[in-house]
Amino acid sequence: MTSLPRDPSPVKLGLVIDLDICVGCHACAVNCKEWNTSGHSAPLTDSDPYGADPTGVWFNRIHTFEVVKEDGDSRTVHFPKSCLHCEDAPCVTVCPTGASYKREEDGIVLVNAEACIGCKLCSWACPYGAREYDEDAGVMKKCTLCVDKIYNENLDPRSRVPACVSTCPAGARHFGDLGDPQSEVSLLVAAREGYELMPEQGCRPVNRYLPPRPKRAAQESPVAPQLVPEAADSAGLLARWVDRALSR
Amino acid sequence: MHPARSVIFFTTASGAGYGLIAWFGVLAALGLLPADRWLGVAGFAVGLVLVVLGLLSSTYHLGHPERAWRALSQWRSSWLSREGVAAVLTFLPVGLFAIYWVILGSNSGFAAVLGLLASLACVVTVACTAMIYASLKTIRAWTCAWTLPVYLLLSALSGAVLVNLLVQLWGLPLQGDLAWAVTALFVAAGAAKLLYWRDIDRGQSVSSAESATGLGGLGRVHLLEAPHSESNYLMQEMGFKIARKHAAKLRRLALLIGFLAPLLLTALGQAAPGILSLVAAIASVPLLGFGLAVERWLFFAEAKHVVSLYYGESRA
Repeated sequence: MTSLPRDPSPVKLGLVIDLDICVGCHACAVNCKEWNTSGHSAPLTDSDPYGADPTGVWFNRIHTFEVVKEDGDSRTVHFPKSCLHCEDAPCVTVCPTGASYKREEDGIVLVNAEACIGCKLCSWACPYGAREYDEDAGVMKKCTLCVDKIYNENLDPRSRVPACVSTCPAGARHFGDLGDPQSEVSLLVAAREGYELMPEQGCRPVNRYLPPRPKRAAQESPVAPQLVPEAADSAGLLARWVDRALSR
Repeated sequence: MHPARSVIFFTTASGAGYGLIAWFGVLAALGLLPADRWLGVAGFAVGLVLVVLGLLSSTYHLGHPERAWRALSQWRSSWLSREGVAAVLTFLPVGLFAIYWVILGSNSGFAAVLGLLASLACVVTVACTAMIYASLKTIRAWTCAWTLPVYLLLSALSGAVLVNLLVQLWGLPLQGDLAWAVTALFVAAGAAKLLYWRDIDRGQSVSSAESATGLGGLGRVHLLEAPHSESNYLMQEMGFKIARKHAAKLRRLALLIGFLAPLLLTALGQAAPGILSLVAAIASVPLLGFGLAVERWLFFAEAKHVVSLYYGESRA
């Protein structure tokens, strides 16, 4: 059924991505590909992987933006983007077959590859570019929020987070229940004024982004003490004599 | 948006086929078309072949055409599903209407009721096709208020041009009035398309690189580095840019060759009915066909998807 859940549970699993500390290393994208190419929506097909024009399915891509202020001051922001598991997911309602669905229990948006006809309409309906078509399998694929990892009882409880979160070396990615205002991720969003992408598109995404912290002005930046040459009169006798001799 | 040939052919061909059958139903109900068997055979054959080829072509771009039947299930939420259901249901009144006309030799009375039902079903199906595009908020050029009227008018026009050709070939008394109706439809459809273009040119974009990243509070946002060195599905499917470069020329070409030329020809044909009006009716078919192909290609190729904001566009 591609209608959205009529009676959704309050649980809204999603990601919180900290743009202040993301260093743009792409490790999350690589580990996402690594986990998911043998997971729920496997494989994440690559075409012509070693050829001249390689393309392939990725659930997570890291864009890099430059933000320029009016005075010309600029900063670089690395911007990871994967499915935002929207509450009003248009990719779900446009699906003609019921292959695209939003889980009632936790809000994860998934594709049933058995029922997908590969019409691509869901990818047209998504404003965020979260869905990528697998030319080889003839079906649409997307981020599963590692549904096969986060509930996996064979894994150590600490590992039951999406692959992108567990691999981030900077700690820029957080996973949790954004429907619970007291959850760690919700408190983080509240503290850092986390925001949603393109609210004007009306999709009510669950994932939140934490804005880069304001830049510190140059004078308040912690600067390493400069190496000042020792004053001539406080140096030792020999050094003073050499200094005087050479200064002539 | 990438202009897939299968979808361009589907929307134009099935639009013309549904238009033709819809006019057959209406004109028969008004008692303006005789229940001539061969006229019926020709009309339903051309109409149904266009519809069926169009529908088959629309399944051609699917990853799994053999599962197309599944698309009939989600009519509660999906316009694509509604279109599928409408297309299948339309065959029922159209088929019965064709049987009454061609085999039983009647297109009045109960057959006329079937004809009107067939017309209604054709209009609903074309409207569903238009709504697939018009309901996508991610593409400003498609959510435009003119998308639905343009689809309906172009379907009505292309159907009328085909009916006009049949009426001229059969030398029916209707030909004079119908030719003027076709002329009027050329004007109406051309004007609607011009208004559509004016609307998408003037319309304000809803989203920007600033809203897409949420970084607008910090300054102007532009893409510094794409996520990968090579192109990807999103860029191939939604990042089509060639048309925008030639859009103005292509629009003029579509209007002049596809609309203005056959309009003048049809009007001229009325000045000297007979061979000239027949030539006009025949020539109008390929001319409008060309115009529709360019118009539909532009409809896809000119449309900018908001995801392009993550790939270097600043407004969408």
